[in-house]
Amino acid sequence: MTPVVDVRGVTKNYGTLRALDGVSFSVAPGEMFGLIGPDGAGKSTLYRLLATLLVPDTGSLTVLGLDTVKDYRALRSRIGYMPERFSLYPDLTIAENLNFFASIFGVDVKQNYDLIAPIFSQLAKFPDRPAGKLSGGMKQKLALSCALIHRPPLLLLDEPTTGVDAVSRNEFWDMLASLRDYGITIMVSTSYMDEATRCDRIAMIDHGRILRTDTPAGLVAGLDENLYNAAAPDMFRLLEALRRLPDVADCYTFGATLHVVAAPGFNPAAALARLKEMGVEGATIYPAQGVIEDLFIKLTRNER
Amino acid sequence: MRCFASWLRTHNALNNMNIIGSLIKKEAIHIVRDRRTMIVTLFIPLVLLLLFGFAISTEVNNVRVVVVTDRHTDTSRAVSQALAVNSYFSFMGMAPEAMVEPLLKEGKIDAALILRHDGASMPHQVIVDASNPSVAQAAVAYINSVVSPQVSTAPAIITRTLYNPQMKSSYNFVPGIMGMIFILICAIMTSVSIVREKETGTMDLLLVSPVRPGAVIVGKLVPYFLLSCVILAVMLTMAYTVLGIPLSGSVVSVVGVSLLYIVLSLSIGLMVSAMVDTQVSALIISAMLFLVPVIMLSGMIFPVDNMPVALQGVSCIIPARWYISAMRKLMIQQIPVTEVATEVGVMVLMTVVLLGVQLRKFSSKK
Repeated sequence: MTPVVDVRGVTKNYGTLRALDGVSFSVAPGEMFGLIGPDGAGKSTLYRLLATLLVPDTGSLTVLGLDTVKDYRALRSRIGYMPERFSLYPDLTIAENLNFFASIFGVDVKQNYDLIAPIFSQLAKFPDRPAGKLSGGMKQKLALSCALIHRPPLLLLDEPTTGVDAVSRNEFWDMLASLRDYGITIMVSTSYMDEATRCDRIAMIDHGRILRTDTPAGLVAGLDENLYNAAAPDMFRLLEALRRLPDVADCYTFGATLHVVAAPGFNPAAALARLKEMGVEGATIYPAQGVIEDLFIKLTRNER
Repeated sequence: MRCFASWLRTHNALNNMNIIGSLIKKEAIHIVRDRRTMIVTLFIPLVLLLLFGFAISTEVNNVRVVVVTDRHTDTSRAVSQALAVNSYFSFMGMAPEAMVEPLLKEGKIDAALILRHDGASMPHQVIVDASNPSVAQAAVAYINSVVSPQVSTAPAIITRTLYNPQMKSSYNFVPGIMGMIFILICAIMTSVSIVREKETGTMDLLLVSPVRPGAVIVGKLVPYFLLSCVILAVMLTMAYTVLGIPLSGSVVSVVGVSLLYIVLSLSIGLMVSAMVDTQVSALIISAMLFLVPVIMLSGMIFPVDNMPVALQGVSCIIPARWYISAMRKLMIQQIPVTEVATEVGVMVLMTVVLLGVQLRKFSSKK
């Protein structure tokens, strides 16, 4: 099957800053492909390249079988692009925004309403409200509706859930999942690693480089073997002490506890005894479930 | 097959028309919904026109004058009466010579006319308060013009002021204000509205769509062109009715040259929007690069001929200079449009160059 998105060896510089450095990956038809990485990793640059708004310095991007540089004109009417920032007209109402985007794509809102109905239904109750006066979650729903109104086979979503509350974020991901039933390929980026598990496949990106591409399960597989949770009343002293133990490869705060990456030969009971000797009282250590963030920390530490 | 191709073309053209229609409609909503800007754009021209037409004028009215004479004769009476009936003067009566200086000092009068009888001829002297030189100059000229025919036996020099017999300053200002307003509306509003789309990211959405960059530009220019046409109509009506500027016989050429200037101003706005990325800088660039020079160097207030040669050179690249010059000729001198060929030629050249550069820039950018 020919991939919907095929990126090969793409490099992009802004002056002396290297935003993307030899990026390659591909997205299969109907896939929900996640791009995760911290702010400034190069996600938005990659999106702007895919959306034909930028030209790569080296390498090539093929989207829906079309080259983003040569065939940009044909490509532009076939993708749904939702930029990172809210980019609709704040002084136009909900209905006016939707109708405007439908008309520039030469489609009728009614014709494609079935596709956006689950997303738009909440907004349809107050069509005359100016888009600028909507809440963050509502704005994203409207933006997604506008990006979908011409039934694009590929949806490019750049950090759609940034600045949206947790409930709306969840809802948003549910809506994306339902869009897959229409056969739409979705490429979505986020800096929230917990959301990434809802994708079929994930590419981890940092400093303009793809660190790894795999399914969420594939990424975290094998992480559990040497990962432990550690907790104590005095977390700071615990962190200091654990980092000094010879059989601890890495230790970092993770939510309310510490994650300990064990080196070969690590024994939780022995470690607790050592901690007591070092003056850390009431410590507990138990096996932890590895998540994508652990992998991210592992991969970025290895780089340094 | 050929039939199909031509159907496709018309269908495409239709689609393009629809897209441009949607863009224009959207822009019109932006303009109408922004109440404050809307009010400002419609009222500023009117306020400026009335302000310069009535309140701010370089004419001198009501020059307060006294007459001093050593003997009351028919001539001195005739002079006094001539002053009393003239609307440019407030005749304050006769006064002894010793009172002239105290009255001037106290600011009770602006000028004194002193008549001496010396046989058949009657030499006269005008004493004037020159703390405001323009008032003083005008007062002296007025008094001389009133007195000379009465007292002099030599053949008088008969002056005729053509085109603006009453030398109303509003005649001079109206073309200047029009030159300024269209830069304000076309250049500033157009550039700010294009740059706003860049700033908020909506330009990216327009580009990632079947809309051609050229259509985006047309969709921006048309609404502001129409708005300018409305303002042009309002200003010309006001100039004709309220300010009494003669337009008869030259309306078509006045409108024609104004439309050319509007298109030129729009292309300036386009140029500014290509230069900058934020609304604030668009505003600053438009104001600094265009509005200030329009006021200072276009001849709107200060005649171009009085400027140092270097500044005269600079004024040549200011579109408003050519527009104002053409408007003065057409509106006030009421001469045929062929006489302003130079001005029109320069403006056409500027428009072609600016639009050419912009369109090239837009089509080369992807």
